[in-house]
Amino acid sequence: MHTCLPRTALLAIALLFTQGAIAQDAASMSPESAAMAASAPRDPALKPVFDQFGGKPGLVALMNDFMANLMADARTRPYFAAADREHIKAELVDQFCVILDGPCTYTGKDMEKVHRNLGINRAAFNALVEDLQTAMDKNKVPFRAQNKLLAKLAPMHPAVITR
Amino acid sequence: MQNNRRNRIAWLTGCVLGVCLVSSAAMAADDTSAPAFSNKLLLTGGVSQVEGSAGGGLTPWAVIGGYGTGDEIGANAFVTHINLPDYHVNEVGAMVGLYNRVEVSFAQQRFDTEQVGAALGLGRGFTFRQNIIGVKVRLFGDVVLDQDSWMPQVSIGAQHKKNNQAAVLAFVGAKSDEGTDYYVNATKLFLGQSLLVNATLRMTKANQIGILGFGGDRNNAYKPEFEGSVAYLLSRNWAVGAEYRQKPNNLGIAKEDDWYDAFVAWAPTKHVSLTLAYADLGNIVIKDKQRGLYASVQVGF
Ligand code: HEM
Repeated sequence: MHTCLPRTALLAIALLFTQGAIAQDAASMSPESAAMAASAPRDPALKPVFDQFGGKPGLVALMNDFMANLMADARTRPYFAAADREHIKAELVDQFCVILDGPCTYTGKDMEKVHRNLGINRAAFNALVEDLQTAMDKNKVPFRAQNKLLAKLAPMHPAVITR
Repeated sequence: MQNNRRNRIAWLTGCVLGVCLVSSAAMAADDTSAPAFSNKLLLTGGVSQVEGSAGGGLTPWAVIGGYGTGDEIGANAFVTHINLPDYHVNEVGAMVGLYNRVEVSFAQQRFDTEQVGAALGLGRGFTFRQNIIGVKVRLFGDVVLDQDSWMPQVSIGAQHKKNNQAAVLAFVGAKSDEGTDYYVNATKLFLGQSLLVNATLRMTKANQIGILGFGGDRNNAYKPEFEGSVAYLLSRNWAVGAEYRQKPNNLGIAKEDDWYDAFVAWAPTKHVSLTLAYADLGNIVIKDKQRGLYASVQVGF
């Protein structure tokens, strides 16, 4: 008998959390957050991180290594082999530059439109993050600065991961 | 005696075999052309906690063990040793993570009473052996990706434990030699701060996590206990942190303390991790201030 109460309590807690999750799901579909995912939010607090990335020249060097890693990684190569890689690198420089409050403008395409038909899953997404981490390590970007950028990229996952 | 020896050898062989199996599977998975394994990010699967679930050292986290993502399977095996002033614990276990949704784990703890066993008339080196089967289900949330909301990753789980020393447990006042803990936990990675925070609420009757049985003369009802951990990520391969685990106090003959530890975890690759902790396990039966080293090695994919 006494075991009943905690089980009910647990169920209640679980239900409570689930309610939260449903509310959250609804929120992530609002046009506001869709727009967020489209390009990148500029965050003035990240200006010091922009410097830790070595400014715009640092980002250009980073993207060269990043793309080389993506092409050397069997998990990501198929996505990029036929793409205009020089163009992607240039867009990524602008995009990261904007996120880190650098003096740039992102003129590339909407994240959802670009990635919609690529069939990207969580494994490919994580593989790309690893390749980016390796490139940031090589370019001596401090680990904490890396995580500040990744924390801004992670929320774009609904636009990128489609399966 | 003879039997005991044979048991121990069988146990050792078993764990060596288990570790070999998992590590060779891990080697196979190392080939980057096999994208069906190991695509979770480093250290985001946690390590094996003391009851075999994925988590820190003392407490489970909401993460699903192994490095498998939503359409992958991950698995690992671990060996843990805890060296206290008056006792030691040897432990082996393994877990499988299915599609980043369900985790099934098994662990066997051997709690050796060393000289205390002799003092209590049980015999020197008297050992409690406990088997634990765990199941955990991720309800919602993503510990890594949900960086733009407060939403943690939330899981519920159960750990069913069976102790092999029913007679001794009855003698100390425990009401049962087996029991099931139920828990709900929330884990949040604050990536911008490189900080991982976990909170667990556990419903339990276990005395010293079950080593001294379940329920007792003072209390025989489920009680909610809080467990928490924080981990600071130093790099992709290193994390340091601390944990707290609240425990019930069901037995009249032996006071039980809450547990604490401070740990450092190192994962040179996705297939190996090493956790070292300094653990304060407080009073255990007749011996106070049980503080010592907790060491755990995990291999998997
Ligand atoms: C948060 C993560 C990601 C961000 C911020 C991002 C950003 C970008 C940007 C800025 C572009 C260029 C857009 C343009 O051409 O105007 C792009 C294109 C592209 N991305 Fe991503 N990306 C992400 C994840 C991924 C992943 C995981 C993959 C695959 C593994 C991927 C594959 C591609 C491909 C193949 C293109 C070129 C598409 C085309 O030229 O039609 N991206 N991405």
